[in-house]
Amino acid sequence: MTKKSISKILLYFILTLGGIIMIVPFLWMIVTALKTGSETAKIPPTLIPQNPQWGNFIKAWNAAPFLRYFLNSTFVMIVTTIGQIITTILGAFAFARLEFYGKKTIFILCMATMMVPSEMLIIPNFVTLSKLGMINTYAALIVPWLASFFAVFTLRQTFMTIPDELYYAAKIDGTSDWYFLWRIIVPLSKSTIVALATLEMIGSWNSFMWPMIATNSDKMRTLPVGLSAFTTDAGTQYQLLMAASTIIVIPMIVIYVFLQKYIIAGVTRSGLKG
Amino acid sequence: MIKQKPSAKTTLIAFLYLSPMLIIIGTFYLYPIVMSFAMSFYTKYNFYTNKVSEVGLSNFVTIWTDPDFIEALKNTIIFVVGVVPLSVIIALVIAILLNKINFAAGFFKTVYFLPFVTSTVAISLIWQWIYNSQYGLLDAFLGIFGIKPIDWLNDPHWAMTALIIMTIWQGLGFNIILFLAGLSNIDKRYEQVAQIDGANTWQRFRYITIPLLSPMTFLVSVTSIISGFKVFDQIFVLFGGNPGPGKSTLTLVFYLYEKFYTEWKYGIAAAAGVVLFTLTLIITVIQVWYSKRHVHYV
Repeated sequence: MTKKSISKILLYFILTLGGIIMIVPFLWMIVTALKTGSETAKIPPTLIPQNPQWGNFIKAWNAAPFLRYFLNSTFVMIVTTIGQIITTILGAFAFARLEFYGKKTIFILCMATMMVPSEMLIIPNFVTLSKLGMINTYAALIVPWLASFFAVFTLRQTFMTIPDELYYAAKIDGTSDWYFLWRIIVPLSKSTIVALATLEMIGSWNSFMWPMIATNSDKMRTLPVGLSAFTTDAGTQYQLLMAASTIIVIPMIVIYVFLQKYIIAGVTRSGLKG
Repeated sequence: MIKQKPSAKTTLIAFLYLSPMLIIIGTFYLYPIVMSFAMSFYTKYNFYTNKVSEVGLSNFVTIWTDPDFIEALKNTIIFVVGVVPLSVIIALVIAILLNKINFAAGFFKTVYFLPFVTSTVAISLIWQWIYNSQYGLLDAFLGIFGIKPIDWLNDPHWAMTALIIMTIWQGLGFNIILFLAGLSNIDKRYEQVAQIDGANTWQRFRYITIPLLSPMTFLVSVTSIISGFKVFDQIFVLFGGNPGPGKSTLTLVFYLYEKFYTEWKYGIAAAAGVVLFTLTLIITVIQVWYSKRHVHYV
């Protein structure tokens, strides 16, 4: 064997080993979800369920109002994402294309918000929403996330790569700004918009701390908060906990597999925002 | 380029475009930033009447003399020191290896990135089960090598380690993606020239890849440090709503959460928030200073 092929084998060996470490917890989740209660307590643990208990998923689903959680999460995710994309497109257009008084000041003020840890803002936001009577409503879960300056900033960068000539040509043709934005700029920036929307979907679906603080009844809980609360009821019934975890994990994995390209582009940008 | 001059009319139009975003950012980002600082000085505050009857520095005195806060600060730093270097090194190595292969590279990327799209609550539950001291997968695996079972989540000596291992595992994919972006920006010709000059793989790695990748390494470290300061969800779920055995995983944000949500001490929680902000600010300032000096790489 040549030196080169040995190093290739070594390379794949390390990557596969790493890959196994990454995937095992997920496999273990599914394996456990299919076990009976007594099988989860076997020492040493069995690696393949002796008698797959598909009913565990139904049992877990019915053990807590998971349907409600699921619908809440889905509703909040869809409304937040659509809303945020609209406010982002409008805001990014103003910053990229329009000239107005106070542009720089507003831009810098907004930039400052990207630097502040959102955990710190939870306290005053909770107070604000209590005053507005919005705690424990969908509004509390949705409204604060209807705009993100990181998204505006990212989309503005994309909008600015669109040549000025296109804008002036459209102006000469008598196209309004509004029409130009939605018919020309937005379609041209599709991939950035999809990337931002996907990141927001994942973020909304998985967010935990704020929904936990902003809701206090079972009816308003989202999946992560519901799942966390379910641990109290399920106790050590790990087969049910893992079945419930599988239910919450699967939708994002499906979205991820389909929109992987955009997610990775989005993450690269979000990391680069610096 | 024809530059439009701002006028009252263009400003009005621009604000129509901006207003949806500005209302939200103003209400839920800008205003609370100011309020957080203000609240940290509220020493007597009635939430129901929204009346502030006393202001002062006593919240900051309280947290500095609170052993829990000092513990939280210490744990947060231990956590960051435990996670960041290892996470950066492992991600760097894997990214470089991934960059060298063609076959199945996409598949590996998908696998490494999987935890990033997964709910932290679900991930923490899975790891809680893996760390289980009686039936857990990890202890069973370590048992093969004759290692005695470790009570990962209930032993104060191991709880932080357990948290660190899980966090590294979870964040790896994100860092790998960033490193891959950095690697794709390095001109292949540098390596080719070095190869012609007889540099071996190690030398090319040490004297070309590492220096050219250093801005990205720096960026990944900064991002990891900042998100490390903010760790909360994992701890909450992994330790069942507690800050670990003997408060061994009580961190800054957990402290903030406890003061705010379980004890309703807004002023103290806000003061802890200000400390969190200061830590983040220091890291950001270092980052800005560094990237100003090394712009030509990025």
